[in-house]
Amino acid sequence: MTRVNLTGLTKQFDEKPIPAVDDFNLEIESGKLTALLGPSGCGKTTTMKMIAGLLRPTAGNISFDDESILNIAPEDRGAVMVFQNYLLFPYMNIAENVGFGLKMRGMSKSDIGSKVSEMLDLVQLPGVEKRRPKQLSGGQQQRVALARALIVEPRVLLLDEPLSNLDAHLRDEMRELIRGIQTEMKITTVFVTHDQEEAVVLADRIALLFDGRLQQFDTPDAFYERPNSVAIARFFGGSNFIPGHYDGDEFGTSVGTFQAPHAAISSGEGVLSIRPEAVELGGQGGNSAKGTIVSHVYVGRYARFKIALGDNEIEAVTEPGRVKDLRDGESVSVRFHPDQTWVLGPDDYEAPSSADQ
Amino acid sequence: MIPLAIWSVSFRWFYPDIIPSEFSGRAWSAVFSPRNDVLGAAWDTTLVALIVTVLAILIGLPAGRALGLYEFRGKRIVELLVLAPIIVPGLAVALGVHQLFIRYGLANTLIGVALVHLIPTLPYMTLVMSGVFANYDADFELQARTLGAGVLKTQWYVTLPAIFPGLVVGALFTFLISWSQYVLTLLIGGGQVVTLPLLLFNFARSGENAIAGALSVVFIVPGVLVLMLSSRYLSGDDAAVGGIGNI
Repeated sequence: MTRVNLTGLTKQFDEKPIPAVDDFNLEIESGKLTALLGPSGCGKTTTMKMIAGLLRPTAGNISFDDESILNIAPEDRGAVMVFQNYLLFPYMNIAENVGFGLKMRGMSKSDIGSKVSEMLDLVQLPGVEKRRPKQLSGGQQQRVALARALIVEPRVLLLDEPLSNLDAHLRDEMRELIRGIQTEMKITTVFVTHDQEEAVVLADRIALLFDGRLQQFDTPDAFYERPNSVAIARFFGGSNFIPGHYDGDEFGTSVGTFQAPHAAISSGEGVLSIRPEAVELGGQGGNSAKGTIVSHVYVGRYARFKIALGDNEIEAVTEPGRVKDLRDGESVSVRFHPDQTWVLGPDDYEAPSSADQ
Repeated sequence: MIPLAIWSVSFRWFYPDIIPSEFSGRAWSAVFSPRNDVLGAAWDTTLVALIVTVLAILIGLPAGRALGLYEFRGKRIVELLVLAPIIVPGLAVALGVHQLFIRYGLANTLIGVALVHLIPTLPYMTLVMSGVFANYDADFELQARTLGAGVLKTQWYVTLPAIFPGLVVGALFTFLISWSQYVLTLLIGGGQVVTLPLLLFNFARSGENAIAGALSVVFIVPGVLVLMLSSRYLSGDDAAVGGIGNI
């Protein structure tokens, strides 16, 4: 159980114009699973390597339980990193790989042996002690890498893109395994990912980074319901944005005024955000506006509409049965339920999209 | 090699005989007679080759790591400089080095000979090691560190096993090149340091074919041993020098 604090953490590489990590402040709670999320090159892996002691920060501090660890060598930090490509030592068998950390700590052979089989049971890979890394599949290699990290009972477990090299069905298995072990052993765990879905399904809290700067540190649902900026909402995808003016209660746009009680700003220029599934097609009365159907597509369980609303085009997703009689080019009324809208500051940041990896 | 072996035990062997008409152990007893001090020469040759190998590893291993693993300004020029001793005739360099060695008292000494043998051997060692490191993932070392291995333990348990096949090949090359040096040894050793090639050349020049043949057999032994020892590193999956084309 270790609490990790990053204070003003900065890393400037000599050859780069801007810092890879810029004044990063974060409190990672003890025993929780925290995701460092962001597009490639946002500084998340750099941050992780600084926690592990593999890179030295240019400025700032890292502490475990309020004790600075900057001057502690990586081998003495108790922060173990599992690399994305597993890095099992090829000239050692699985038992030697898993037992490596204990051997380095001078533990006796027989003690190592029993701990190794215990750990292989934990990652659900019993009996592979004598195999070579090459003889295992990618998913199995990752379990071995995880066992090798867990065997030394690290204060902080660092996982680099733990799910990204796996097939879809293996991802689910691995996710459950990591969650299960983490809940059981209560190891403070930090993992890095560029995939917001991976972060959402695995993490207790997510720290989102763009260009080396922390954008938001929150629970996964908050990133969908209460993002701090349009850039963040874009990164998580699938929202509609209508520009306008907010006066602290109502949001005025070119197509009408909407009740919007939830907001990231108090007043001024801004953007009204509403998710496609929250747009009520044919909804009348308050908070509604007239639009024109531009196009629509049926995708089995739901139908997706593109609707022109003044100068804006929004997307709406609904059950196909409810809107059978709607045709392209027809006018339609849309209603935004006040509780499902969210007002953001103006869209002034070109966000890197999660897709362009 | 077979004719050499036959030469070594022959007394008379003239055209058109397929085998010598008279055999004799004279050549072999000459080889092992204290007067010619073949064993002394063999010992000096071995000692020089061992010193050269150790020095070449100490210099060539870090140099090869730098060239194979890292990108840095002027890397191309460094690569060219590493190759320079192979391109420029070693004799030309040795003549210059000779002056320096006389000044520092290294001429006519075993150490001096060993140092000058670095000229033809170091490029090979560096090239082999840079090829090894070009195929090496240094993240393994970082992984070992986070798992609790200090710098020395990381090098012993992680780096060394990974580069070991290449290191063996590089060391054996170095040993053999040094073992067979003639001109450089003659020049820097000044006749005081007598190695097997010098001895061999003397007997061959003076028409002592039987003794030269016997010496050649002694001379070839390490080469054959080395080939047998290193064959598993030179071929197959491990492909110790597979990356040599990278430079």
